[in-house]
Amino acid sequence: MRKVAVLGAGHTKFMFDSPKTEIEMLAEASMDAIQESNLKSKDIQAIFCGNVLGDFSEGQGMVQSYLADDIGCFNVPASKFEGACASATMAIRDAFMWVASGFYDIVLAGGTEKATAMGTSLATRTFAMFGDSRYEYPAGFTFPGVFGMLAHLYSDQYKVPLKKLKEQMALVSVQSHYYGKDNPNAQFRKEITVEQVLKGFMVTSPLQLLDCCPFSDGAAAIVIASEDIAKKLVSKPVYIAGVGQASAGKISSQYKYLPRIRSREISVKQAYDMAGLGPKDIDVCELHDCFSIASIIAAEGLGFAELGKGGELWEKGETKIGGKIPINISGGLKSKGHPIGATGASQVYEIAHQLRGELKDQGRQVEGAKVGLVDTLGGDGTIINLILKVD
Amino acid sequence: MEYTLDFKTYNDALKKNKLLGLKCNSCQKYTCPPKMTCQECADKNLDIVEMSGKGEIRTFTQTFVAPQGRECEAPYTIVLVELEEGPWIAGNLIDIDPGKVNMDLIGKKVKLGHKVFPGDQYSAGAAARPLFSFLSEGVK
Ligand SMILES: [Zn+2]
Repeated sequence: MRKVAVLGAGHTKFMFDSPKTEIEMLAEASMDAIQESNLKSKDIQAIFCGNVLGDFSEGQGMVQSYLADDIGCFNVPASKFEGACASATMAIRDAFMWVASGFYDIVLAGGTEKATAMGTSLATRTFAMFGDSRYEYPAGFTFPGVFGMLAHLYSDQYKVPLKKLKEQMALVSVQSHYYGKDNPNAQFRKEITVEQVLKGFMVTSPLQLLDCCPFSDGAAAIVIASEDIAKKLVSKPVYIAGVGQASAGKISSQYKYLPRIRSREISVKQAYDMAGLGPKDIDVCELHDCFSIASIIAAEGLGFAELGKGGELWEKGETKIGGKIPINISGGLKSKGHPIGATGASQVYEIAHQLRGELKDQGRQVEGAKVGLVDTLGGDGTIINLILKVD
Repeated sequence: MEYTLDFKTYNDALKKNKLLGLKCNSCQKYTCPPKMTCQECADKNLDIVEMSGKGEIRTFTQTFVAPQGRECEAPYTIVLVELEEGPWIAGNLIDIDPGKVNMDLIGKKVKLGHKVFPGDQYSAGAAARPLFSFLSEGVK
């Protein structure tokens, strides 16, 4: 396998009610990524695309093929990856493998979603499709519902009183908004307080409104190429040093490990081993904070805290710039937004900018960051991890 | 290769308040709801058994924002129950004052009934789900 790098990256604003179509959003992000790579559309040999609910939100399937045509990558192989909220990360991991293997030299990977077009009621229904439809949905499962159950289980299992856990969870959302306010692509650019989080209406206990990420529209894309090409085209290639992916069954069948997500532990170990690195080597992390409790569980699964102690990272400010492990300095899914098919590409976009040192102007730069970790969760247990690195 | 216990068979039984599961002849452990292979050891040598339907609440959530078409059910309580035989299963909890759904539920003993979700335009028909109630009186 040869070394593979991320070259250019593109990112639309994440927002409610975008005036653009899914294909338009992804085309804009893609052209930015191609241009920043000092390439032309004709140089792209294949497209790897994340998109989840285009059929429900716009009546549009097969966005990858129309995207290819729209941006002038005529007739290139274009494939769609569906791993719920982790779709784009899944697409990027596959893109990486095809370039690493030598089959392709230059490819485009990204994702797009227009979830707000569905409205909250249909979006809640369709997001629930990434749980078990026959054995669990009949009980009224929703996506927040799964994480509500994990929060109560976490409190019971690790003897963290629910009141204390709720305060830690609130701090996760508060920090996300603190950084998101300075991210020009973020959906919510305003600070919130712990008090506001704890006063929000109950979505599904114990998750209140501001414990939950929003429905969002948006797209992000990156160009991936072999090391030799990357070095010729861009001044600071960001290398993909490790990748991991794992799947899981319905939430009840994961009972032996809950509230741990076992697939995350397996996936991130693959990525750490491949990169020859461990949690202590990570300078900055974008993890899957679909709900505040999900961040705490993820931080533990990725090896940044002992079980039951993840919330203390936020309490002690260890997740901020200057802390032990800066997490979600983009604003995370909570403040930046979560267009599910695009989220993984957005996380990679953020880490690539951190590692290139390009966020000083936004006041969000983790000084001297050389190694970054991406963590994306799809449904109730599909996990993809990527480790990015600069020399 | 056919399922030892498929969804239709499982679902028809649940509609009669019978919870069917699988017992593995290789590791002796139980899988419920059913799968093609043993949840523990991936063996295919399984027998259909009737589970006791009794267990203990391990976690819960009370849902106020329901998916499309199910708004009238809210608020409702979802539970994960650890069955006496070992596996966990998802269902709803009835028999409880919505104001009293709190951490005290964890560890409470429950028994199985069922309720049918009639299905919607995306669900390929109806499906029963476990409907749990407290095993002993006076713990509401
Ligand atoms: Zn077995």
